[in-house]
Amino acid sequence: MSESDRSLVAHLMQRAGFGSSVEELELLASRPYEDVVEDLLHPEKFPPVEEDVLRRYYLELNNADTHVAWQAAWVYRMINTRRPLEEKIALFWHHVFATSVGKSEHTPSSLRQIETFRQTGLSDLRTIYIALAQDPAMLFWLDNCENHKGEPNENWGRELLELFSMGVGNYTEDDIKNASRAFTGWTFTQPLPLDPYGRYPSQFLYVAEDHDDSPKTFLGRTGNFDGEDIIDIVVEQPATRRFISRHLYNFFVADEPQVPAWNIVPPQDPAAINALDKALKDSNGDIRSTLRVLFNSDFFKKARGRRVKSPVELVVGTVKLTGDFRFPDPGLANLAVAVSVMGQALMTPPTVEGWHTGKEWIDAGTLNERVNFAVNLLADHGKPGIKSIIDHIGKNEATVTPAKLVDRCIGILAPLSVSPATRKGLVEHARQGGPIRFDSEKARARSAALAVEVLQGLVSSVEYQLA
Amino acid sequence: MAKNGKSPTLVVVQLSGGNDFMNTVIPYSNGLYYDNRKTIGVPEESVLRINDAVGFNPNAAPLKELYDLGRMAIIQGVGYANSSRSHFRSMDIWHTCDPDKIATEGWLGKVVRRLDPEKSNPLTAVSIGRGLPRALSAQEVPVTSVADLDNYGLMSGFSAEQQRADALDLFKRIYTPAIGTAAVTDYLARTGIDVLRGAEMLKKAPAMYSSNVEYADNPIAKSLRDVARVHLADLGTRIFYTQHGGYDTHANEAPTHPKLLTDLSRAIADFYRDLEEHDAADNVVILVFTEFGRRVQDNGSGTDHGAGGGAYLIGNHVRGGLYSEYPSLEPGKLENGDLRHTYDFRGLYSTLLEQWLDIEPTQIVGGKFEQLPMIAV
Repeated sequence: MSESDRSLVAHLMQRAGFGSSVEELELLASRPYEDVVEDLLHPEKFPPVEEDVLRRYYLELNNADTHVAWQAAWVYRMINTRRPLEEKIALFWHHVFATSVGKSEHTPSSLRQIETFRQTGLSDLRTIYIALAQDPAMLFWLDNCENHKGEPNENWGRELLELFSMGVGNYTEDDIKNASRAFTGWTFTQPLPLDPYGRYPSQFLYVAEDHDDSPKTFLGRTGNFDGEDIIDIVVEQPATRRFISRHLYNFFVADEPQVPAWNIVPPQDPAAINALDKALKDSNGDIRSTLRVLFNSDFFKKARGRRVKSPVELVVGTVKLTGDFRFPDPGLANLAVAVSVMGQALMTPPTVEGWHTGKEWIDAGTLNERVNFAVNLLADHGKPGIKSIIDHIGKNEATVTPAKLVDRCIGILAPLSVSPATRKGLVEHARQGGPIRFDSEKARARSAALAVEVLQGLVSSVEYQLA
Repeated sequence: MAKNGKSPTLVVVQLSGGNDFMNTVIPYSNGLYYDNRKTIGVPEESVLRINDAVGFNPNAAPLKELYDLGRMAIIQGVGYANSSRSHFRSMDIWHTCDPDKIATEGWLGKVVRRLDPEKSNPLTAVSIGRGLPRALSAQEVPVTSVADLDNYGLMSGFSAEQQRADALDLFKRIYTPAIGTAAVTDYLARTGIDVLRGAEMLKKAPAMYSSNVEYADNPIAKSLRDVARVHLADLGTRIFYTQHGGYDTHANEAPTHPKLLTDLSRAIADFYRDLEEHDAADNVVILVFTEFGRRVQDNGSGTDHGAGGGAYLIGNHVRGGLYSEYPSLEPGKLENGDLRHTYDFRGLYSTLLEQWLDIEPTQIVGGKFEQLPMIAV
């Protein structure tokens, strides 16, 4: 296994999932890259996370309305899932179809929405949009429950076209009005009563008598359209394919400007967008096929360090490294809180536009949180993940030079690569403690402490903020 | 310019959850109040009277004292048209001044951009607590959020001083050379160095502080004590932000709301006294606001989300008194059972911006709104 294989598969796991432990990486790097991609694309080949274990140890979850507990449960899934892309694609659609529990204050429906993203996220655009249009959390979030025959509410109709599929400039105000009319009568059942019986998600409900059955003209076609017809037309649009291609690129490949700028700022890599666009077209909007093209492409493989990690990527990736929370240990909720204070409260995006990504994740407050979180997590030498990292560093050698210690630490954090200046700073730091020996218990303990200091320096670096 | 020669400073206290205005400034002579507030109405005899119509909740006695000194303005019925009953959305509207579409930049973030266009001081705005309120967020505007003033900054997890110093030294060594590199890494590096600078400056505050005022042991008192410590260290902070949670009193309002008001009033009074004792009150105005008031009729235990509410200004340069009109409680004049707002909050912000911080408000609040003569400079 070469370092470059290791770095490439680590990059894949970071983008298609949430990173990997040292052991996981060893195993994955020994396999052909394309096979690892196929495993990721087929989550159904692997067992799901056992949520009942989580519920047994994490009692807050038995009250469905404890929002922070459920955020933590999602973080736990991201750490422990054997289907990393299933969670990552759910997060992707959560970014694109940003829905906040803050308006409904009804956690079960938000959870149902994320589960829908897990189940449909790798399928085709038509299936995904219909599931979205019938999702109670979305129906409430964008007021489609207030969209009535004769009294249309255009919130959902507008955002479907502007933020979820085509982007501004590709339709008219009349198209919005007509699309909105087509979705009249799409609403949801009232959720079941409150405690002590628990709370349940509401269900999609089609109210035929509230549906506007008159003819509508949408994107140049006329008919007695229902919501499904609108979606059929939307998924055929080149603008939709292009919009989704850019989203996939921005989320999985490299940071692009914020979404509202997309009709002004062209993509940084037009050839990559064309390739994704073609993959979507050839597969009738199939996300699995399109991601296969994406993960196997050169533009993806070369994109290491081209994205600022989102808070949840930073938190979960670092936790995976330490081997923590392989079980629903106490403190799980702290992880969710950490993600929130870094600016990405799960199921609570700031607006329907979703989170602003890239460098907008970073301000003085969030950088302070990111650095302190990662540094504190690595502080405990006794953690299984840290132990195996130290074993890895001292493997087969009595002494290592400061430069070698630093390089091995960098290798462990693959696909991390750091600037010569960062490396120099770390080597100078590693040199201060005298020889780095692993030939006695006492020397080993001292060297382990030094290795942890270097790792802490690395996880606080500028480069570690990037993926 | 304030009399003590220092730049005007704004301290914002956000009451999160929707403070019950009707049980804070109580229309005790209005029978409709008692008709609607059968469970949680405050008896007429215990109201601290301001005039023949309204008075303070008895648990807000320290605020009544400030009011009697002429240092507190009460803005009655503050809100906006078609008030959102969602906490999230309504707070967002107060933070961004945009009731129509969901905006991303906060009004105070834009203020910081005006106050410190060169980004020369990372402490121009200091928020007490983890995470940044939307009000303070604006692209590339440095704002410092402080969860724990006594242990603020990077590497705060190290208990041994030498270890922390070493880690900070290493951080500085690897961040400094990244300045001037590619756009993203340069931005990250500059932000990192800003955090270091901010922490270095803030470290002085606890050490310099001594006071005869003993704050109570509760979150808002701690937050305002932190504001006092930073303000007294004279680090150039112009905007402070604090939050006091728990005002979402759907249930058990009778025991919870008095406790909230007791903690809040005492914390504000102690803070004010602390600044006065240090001759540092003159350049401070405190703004207390909440995202909405609560339903006129109680629900048998508490009150549900409402519309028009109240805001308060406190300071030596505040012209004390009652402003705007107390919204009508007449059933025909309510908005879906809630108090209809009588004054737009963006007018309140405009007043503070123009009359106190000397900033042209139109761009920041998104238009021209009626100002009230609440500031006497």
